[in-house]
Amino acid sequence: MNPFLRFLSELQDITLMIWSVLVGLTKSPRYFKEMFQQMDLIGVGSIPIILLTGFFTGGVLTLQSYPTLAYYGGQSETGMLVTSTLIRELGPVLTALMVAGRIGSAISAELGSMVVSQQIDAMRALGTDPIRKLVTPRIIALLLMAPLLTVTADIFGIMGGAIAGNQIYGHDYNVFINSMRNGIEIEHIIGGMIKPIAFGFIIGVISCHKGLGTTGGTVGVGRSTTNAVVLSSIVVIIADFFLSRVIQTVLVTRY
Amino acid sequence: MDSFDKKISANEKTNRPDRVIPAIEFRDVHLSFDDKKVLDGVSFTVRRGETKLILGRSGGGKSTTIRLVLGLLKPDSGQILIDGEDITNYSEAQMMDVRQKIGMVFQEGALFDSLSVYENVAYRLHEQGVEEEEVESEVRRMLQFVDLEDAIEKMPSELSGGMRRRVGIARALVGDPKIVLFDEPTAGLDPPTARTICELAIKLRDLEDVSSIFVTHEMQNLGYLCSEYATVDNDGQVIFEQEGEKLCLINTEVIMFRDGKIIFSGKDEELRRSDDRFIQRFINGR
Repeated sequence: MNPFLRFLSELQDITLMIWSVLVGLTKSPRYFKEMFQQMDLIGVGSIPIILLTGFFTGGVLTLQSYPTLAYYGGQSETGMLVTSTLIRELGPVLTALMVAGRIGSAISAELGSMVVSQQIDAMRALGTDPIRKLVTPRIIALLLMAPLLTVTADIFGIMGGAIAGNQIYGHDYNVFINSMRNGIEIEHIIGGMIKPIAFGFIIGVISCHKGLGTTGGTVGVGRSTTNAVVLSSIVVIIADFFLSRVIQTVLVTRY
Repeated sequence: MDSFDKKISANEKTNRPDRVIPAIEFRDVHLSFDDKKVLDGVSFTVRRGETKLILGRSGGGKSTTIRLVLGLLKPDSGQILIDGEDITNYSEAQMMDVRQKIGMVFQEGALFDSLSVYENVAYRLHEQGVEEEEVESEVRRMLQFVDLEDAIEKMPSELSGGMRRRVGIARALVGDPKIVLFDEPTAGLDPPTARTICELAIKLRDLEDVSSIFVTHEMQNLGYLCSEYATVDNDGQVIFEQEGEKLCLINTEVIMFRDGKIIFSGKDEELRRSDDRFIQRFINGR
């Protein structure tokens, strides 16, 4: 099969999977227990890495931008720069990349090894639809947890930025907070919440699809895990560009 | 008296077709993956209470046949009937109902790693929302049947290969399915454990009236399943006896696959007498 046809057939499989997830939502059985388990695993489980990622990203933003701003005499605007960069771009994207690495790989490895050890077949043989039991709870958990994790990353990033500015450049906390308040608009926050929902969906769909499509034994599990992480990261970054443009046009922001 | 007669005739009416309609029927089934023909015009029937042993080399279409029965795969052409019901074009949702009356034992057990032995065996009942008390007694009954009651709290990773298969059998038997499919249940097991698994299959066939397909490539299993039968002695213990001069088992037949075609179908004695080169090599290993 040539690459273009392969791409089309994968796209078809993904679309069909999304469709069965949507259809499955309309009728019972619904697996709430699995959903809460996944929310715990994805949400609570990711807090440490998200916290560290956010904190040091905020810190490095201040570290790098403060001298430049100071050169133009605009160091008092550091808070605004750090905050709006985090809320609009780095918070959602970095969170999505960390989640893709941590959760996307886990999902595709788990589903992949269930495929090669015939557990998925066993599930179907016992009368359970694996899409409803395994895929839907994971995608929904990601949809709900990705925005919350992004908020965590944003908050700790702002803290990191303020602390780095204060400790390294002696930048006053009050100045930082004041400029931060001026820098945030409600549209930025809304935009920054829409993105992680979309990213969570992308990561969930791609990881589940790659996991369930595993072939070729244990080697295949490794391959689909790698593919899931790489593909969802790339799609997240590409989608980020277009989403940013759409948000910019729809939610008209001042700057 | 009249009503008694009526009852009997009504019973006969409902019972007789039940025995006549085969549990599983394949009619000229074809299936290929890409360019490779996996099944090429396969037809056979499994009668009620009958065990069909499927022999053949690895990759000969044996496991594919079982997956077709469950609707995990769909044939390219031909018909598959379960209890006289044509399931060939059933959707996944319709298949879910059919699968409720079939138990399947997978090659390595295919237990759910994240669930304990208890939860594995109880899986089907939990999905149906059965009450916990009832679930527990059913799970204990099934684990007793496969002689693994002590393992109830264990996780699958703590079990040996043979124990995993037995838990797999217990899980397949929950809900007393009248059709059970075995996909190489003894592959890679030591002879005594393999024997235990065969004994379970014999018990199901002779004491529970279960129809089954038993896929294997081990000749030892053929010996057990085709020449022994289970019965209950005076003390209520299950015992296994050899067929002999007086009694010849007719509820077990063998079919042999070669390159997606059935090259033999009949009794084990006929198989051993066959002068086909392929069959002789399969039986004797040379």
